[in-house]
Amino acid sequence: MTGAQFLFYALGLATVMGGLGVVLSRNVVHSALALLLSLIAVAGIYVLLYAEFLALVQVLIYGGAIVILLLFVLMLTRSGESPLVLDNPQKPVALVVSLLFMAIAIVSFFLTRWKLAQAPRGVDFSVLGGSLFQDWVLPFEVASLVLLVALMGAIIIARESPQ
Amino acid sequence: MPWYVDITARVGAMLIFLILTVLALVWLERKFAGRIQMRLGPMRTGYQGLLQSLADAVKLLLKEDLRPANADRWAFQMAPFVVFVPIFLIFVTIPFSRELVIRNLDMGLFYIIAVSGLSIVGIVMAGWGSDNKYALLGAVRSAAQMISYELPLVLALLGIAMQASSLNLVTIVEQQRFLPNLFMQPLGFTLFMVAALAELHRSPFDIPVAESEVVGGPFIEYSGIRWGIFYLSEYVNLVAVAALASLVFLGGWEWPLLPPAAWFLVKTFALIMVIMWVRATLPRLRIDQLMDFAWKILLPLAFVNIFIVGLYRLYQWPTWTVSLISLAMAIVAAATVYHFPGGERR
Repeated sequence: MTGAQFLFYALGLATVMGGLGVVLSRNVVHSALALLLSLIAVAGIYVLLYAEFLALVQVLIYGGAIVILLLFVLMLTRSGESPLVLDNPQKPVALVVSLLFMAIAIVSFFLTRWKLAQAPRGVDFSVLGGSLFQDWVLPFEVASLVLLVALMGAIIIARESPQ
Repeated sequence: MPWYVDITARVGAMLIFLILTVLALVWLERKFAGRIQMRLGPMRTGYQGLLQSLADAVKLLLKEDLRPANADRWAFQMAPFVVFVPIFLIFVTIPFSRELVIRNLDMGLFYIIAVSGLSIVGIVMAGWGSDNKYALLGAVRSAAQMISYELPLVLALLGIAMQASSLNLVTIVEQQRFLPNLFMQPLGFTLFMVAALAELHRSPFDIPVAESEVVGGPFIEYSGIRWGIFYLSEYVNLVAVAALASLVFLGGWEWPLLPPAAWFLVKTFALIMVIMWVRATLPRLRIDQLMDFAWKILLPLAFVNIFIVGLYRLYQWPTWTVSLISLAMAIVAAATVYHFPGGERR
């Protein structure tokens, strides 16, 4: 086993363990922290795939922003005030749906003809920027518009007085 | 030499350098603040109290590592390391000179921004895990403050990245051989330093750890070695921010006469002294003033800074016009802050 393979399996294990921690933990804050572990391990896999920029974005957005926001909200809610819900009556439906999704994922994984890169090389950062802001500038702008709308919505909800 | 020996040696050397620097900085801060406040500072341990930090460190290592009965064991014990590791990771790509760097990353600046954000998680873990209301309040304040001030900080660095057309710290420094970015973007430098003070929990933005309000904030329940690691990371973070500022704004090692790494250290320590001077001089802000300041003053100015640099890049303006506009904006900003300091208490 090469070093890269070892790293890949270690990171994969961390990802899966983190994911299991999220759903199995009885404490929501622990779930959020396990989510962070999982996301950071995914960033590590991106590094192995020569996608450094994507890895850094993953750390910045998911680690630095989304998990912090989750924790921020969870800290302000007192654990123990609401009953712990780890289960609900829709279990059979959920089982069917997730098995179906897994089947689709596995089938498509085996049916796709994967192009194997001959010499793995990272994409130059400037090429990425050029592609994003020249070829794909319209989707980019639309995405930022969507975010702006969401931001304005949040402000309006926050401003609404109770009476 | 195999690569793993090489990387272990580099990381180990950096760790030892940082610990020694922190010991020196603690002594320096106590002496410097003492002189500003017409005190002597530590005098008893060694000549001029030089061994005081060492004695304190030994004391911390020998103290009992306490954990409150109701604390969340896992979060409480992990928190100091979750704070320290991201801050230490910043130093992986901080170049002391062209060759003296653990690993020069092509996206170094972006790497620093991405990694440094993670240490907030550790502070939140500490605050939540301690099961103490002051710790929790401190952690909430800290998270809010660090998220808010990260924006102007990152946007100020974006101005530099735009001007340099690079995120590689070595390239950014080498472009400043004739004119440090400080003279190109005085507004960007001002924004960076102010936001950095807030990111460091330094006075006048030390609200998350305010002794008189939340008695030490997230670190209140810690003792012994774990508290020591928090303290260490606070000072390592101070070095990291000053080093980054000296690289991207003051031109790092690119000055004549002295050896390169020496210039870098001189600039870094000068900035650290300025930060200590601010701490010994200014009173603490209120939490609402803090948020107002970030969102209503710093953030718009950061956008103005980006706009100026963008115009310069687009229309190829001569350098001095940009310097002049940026300086004027910095003065306007200072005047605004000076004339509208408080706002109404809510």
